[in-house]
Amino acid sequence: MSSAGSEQADRAAGVSGLRFPPTLVLPAFIAGALLLLVVFFYFFGSWTLSEKADLTLCNGDEPQSLDPAVITGQLEGRICLALFEGLTTRNAKGDIIPGMAESWTHTPDGLTYTFHLRPGIKWSNGDPVTAYDFLNSWERVLNPTTASEYAYQLYYLVNGEAYGTGKITDFSQVGVKAPDDHTLVVTLAHPTAYFLELTSFQTLCPVHLPTVKKYGDDWTKPGRMVSNGPYMLKAWRLNDYILLEANPYYWRPVPVHRIKVLPTNNATACFNLFYSKKTDLILDTRSIPSALVQDIKNQPYFHANPFGATSFIRFNVKRKPFDDIRVRKALALALDKQDIVEKITRAGEPVANTLVPPGSAGYTPPQGLVYNPAEARRLLAEAGYPNGQGFPDVELLYPKRGTSEQVATEIQALWQRDLGINTIHLRGQEWKVFLNTQDLIDFDLSISGWIGDYNDPQTFLDMFVTDGGNNQTGWGDPQYDQMLQTSENTADPVKRMQILHDMEKILVEDQVPIIPVYFWVGMSLYYPDKLGGFEPNFVDDHRWGEFYIPGKKP
Amino acid sequence: MTALIIRRLLQAIPVLFIVVSLTFLLVRAAPGNPFSNGKSIRPEIMVQLNQQHDLEGTIWDQYLRYMGKVVRGNLNISTQYLNRSVNEIIAQSLPVSMVLGSVAYFLALLFGITLGGWAAISHERPNDQRIKLFANFSWPIPAPGDRFIMLFALLGISIPIFVLAPLAVILLALNLNLLPAYGWGSPDQIILPALCLSVPFAATIARLTRGSLLEVLKLDFIRTARAKGLSEDAVLFRHALKVAILPIIGYSGPAAAGILTGSIVIETLFGIPGIGQFFVNSASNRDPFMTSGVVLVFSSFLILFNLLADILYFVVDRRVKLE
Repeated sequence: MSSAGSEQADRAAGVSGLRFPPTLVLPAFIAGALLLLVVFFYFFGSWTLSEKADLTLCNGDEPQSLDPAVITGQLEGRICLALFEGLTTRNAKGDIIPGMAESWTHTPDGLTYTFHLRPGIKWSNGDPVTAYDFLNSWERVLNPTTASEYAYQLYYLVNGEAYGTGKITDFSQVGVKAPDDHTLVVTLAHPTAYFLELTSFQTLCPVHLPTVKKYGDDWTKPGRMVSNGPYMLKAWRLNDYILLEANPYYWRPVPVHRIKVLPTNNATACFNLFYSKKTDLILDTRSIPSALVQDIKNQPYFHANPFGATSFIRFNVKRKPFDDIRVRKALALALDKQDIVEKITRAGEPVANTLVPPGSAGYTPPQGLVYNPAEARRLLAEAGYPNGQGFPDVELLYPKRGTSEQVATEIQALWQRDLGINTIHLRGQEWKVFLNTQDLIDFDLSISGWIGDYNDPQTFLDMFVTDGGNNQTGWGDPQYDQMLQTSENTADPVKRMQILHDMEKILVEDQVPIIPVYFWVGMSLYYPDKLGGFEPNFVDDHRWGEFYIPGKKP
Repeated sequence: MTALIIRRLLQAIPVLFIVVSLTFLLVRAAPGNPFSNGKSIRPEIMVQLNQQHDLEGTIWDQYLRYMGKVVRGNLNISTQYLNRSVNEIIAQSLPVSMVLGSVAYFLALLFGITLGGWAAISHERPNDQRIKLFANFSWPIPAPGDRFIMLFALLGISIPIFVLAPLAVILLALNLNLLPAYGWGSPDQIILPALCLSVPFAATIARLTRGSLLEVLKLDFIRTARAKGLSEDAVLFRHALKVAILPIIGYSGPAAAGILTGSIVIETLFGIPGIGQFFVNSASNRDPFMTSGVVLVFSSFLILFNLLADILYFVVDRRVKLE
């Protein structure tokens, strides 16, 4: 490396020991860095130019998977329901409409459904969609080796649970038959009033089994996935974008040809994108910065609508002092929920006195416990804690995400204000740790939430069956369990809703293992003159196949 | 030198082994289930999920099976991104971080060395003299140049990137509409995140350059060079800087490892599909394989770039003996 000339220069300069031609040190260093740069640009062909799309939308985080059988999240569901379609589907208003099935009939006892598939329906590769596709896809969901967390959506079928838990291995005993290519006959274990809601859900969508068999776990990759919904998967780069293109074989024309989905887990970044007009739609509530809601809620692009999800507090009824119904009632009565939705959440959330959100067709919820601090103080004194004196130290558990921390702080302050209890301590936990703690029922009070799987009170009320996996309060009531069973076997909708009403009364008025706090609102940002086919609906389920761009012919 | 490289690479094996083992065991021992997602999972499904991801048996069994796979180059499948292998995720996201990182690294060196050098020169000449740098071209050096630059460097080091980056977005992207605020895929989208990523590194390099250059400029051989009648730029570039650069080479090794493996703040804020966000997210998702995989990549980079810096030292400075 060294040359005689530079050594001479070194000696002349009075320093020795440097091998490199001195004037080249800095340029060489920078040239090295530049070279590194060029090499990376050249070798890693990740530099794909942005794909153009007719509609760009922010859908929340990166999806965990696009396999409709294994996903559980709302954001994955939205993409999967653009790619796949079940026997039924939803229109923009959220109503159930015919999907792959053109029509259906059911027996008066509500136990047998016969679906007639549309003639000529095809997969995105041109293969016909048949009743056997449904049959085999449902087998796949129920098959324990698929590890589908939502497999219980098919436990409503005769022998569905037995097959799903591996008690029987002969699928022909399960209540689904395909007498021919276009007919699917489903036999249910109980008259399930909301079964047509379930058939529009992603878990019950068919998948193209030859593709699944051929590629195994890799079948959801672009270029491999075959789908039957309005869209097909064109490109998918992790944390970068997902590109959907209209499926030419879909049974009706799809108005928006290409949709680009941006996975963003940062609400601020998402809003920046929308603000700089780089995205047309934000349809994930978590992708809107909660601190900004107050400022933007009067803008023409801000849309909010209540939907079927509730925020509530769980008691651990096995621990003192919450084993005493009077204490639970006192805390429920003394919670000024109006204060929480006005000060903290601020997106127009309705106050919740019941667990089931208003809007379930045919269901009248009970009144619930309405804010009444005087009565609360009386009950608390009766339980032995006048003005909160002697109230034991308890912890309020909350997940460290979203506005939960502020909500928890406010709840702590409100109970101190109205009941004089100053021994409630906050305990925030990371999301996964929180879920674990809640699952182990290792808390005193816990801030929880529940999003309904379908539009029926059942999805909320069956959580609190004794020792149910989602109960997580330690509470149980044989009468409640009995009523749940009766309701499942009741085909008459009016009678059934009355039973569910009575069940909820036990839950939120008499026994109070939970305190409902507020109903969630689904928030979305878009300019109504740039996007149509997006309507507020109770299930917060917006099918992308319904979207259109105003003034543009499909 | 070859012997040294071989020895250092051999030393790296136990280091990586220990790092990956600790990561895997810690993530598995931490409370929280990688599959939990708000709704309770039925036991029969849980058994399957654990089986699919090779998470059955005691933590020790899981660890042995995992290490067996790692040795064969298989980093297993992610528990968060179902159906995706950790190898695939790293192969997709690491190049993105490296492209962004190398731009930022280049900017950091360029700004750091230039500003640090400038600060040192203006410290030498505190009055409003003009300094001749290139034969017939003279730079006006503002009198407080040194303090001014150092103030900026200090700000660059002390302002956290999660404050700086949003400010830059508001100013340059949202208000002035000069650059895109978000996304990846076109060359203009790289400028803002690369600038933000480079700032703390540039500031550190500037301080290092200044300090080291000031020390060197006091040495006898510089006086000799000046006495010899060399022009100021010759003194600076041919004699002073080549010695002053040594501490920067030492710093640039670990800095390169840090900057090339991405930053969670920059990546989430600017929507860059790089590897940096997995560093934090995979741990909070309790994804043992993804976390271990990312840690493995980062430690390999750290070892590699420290080795490169040592080799560079050896090439530049004869006083360094590679024993």
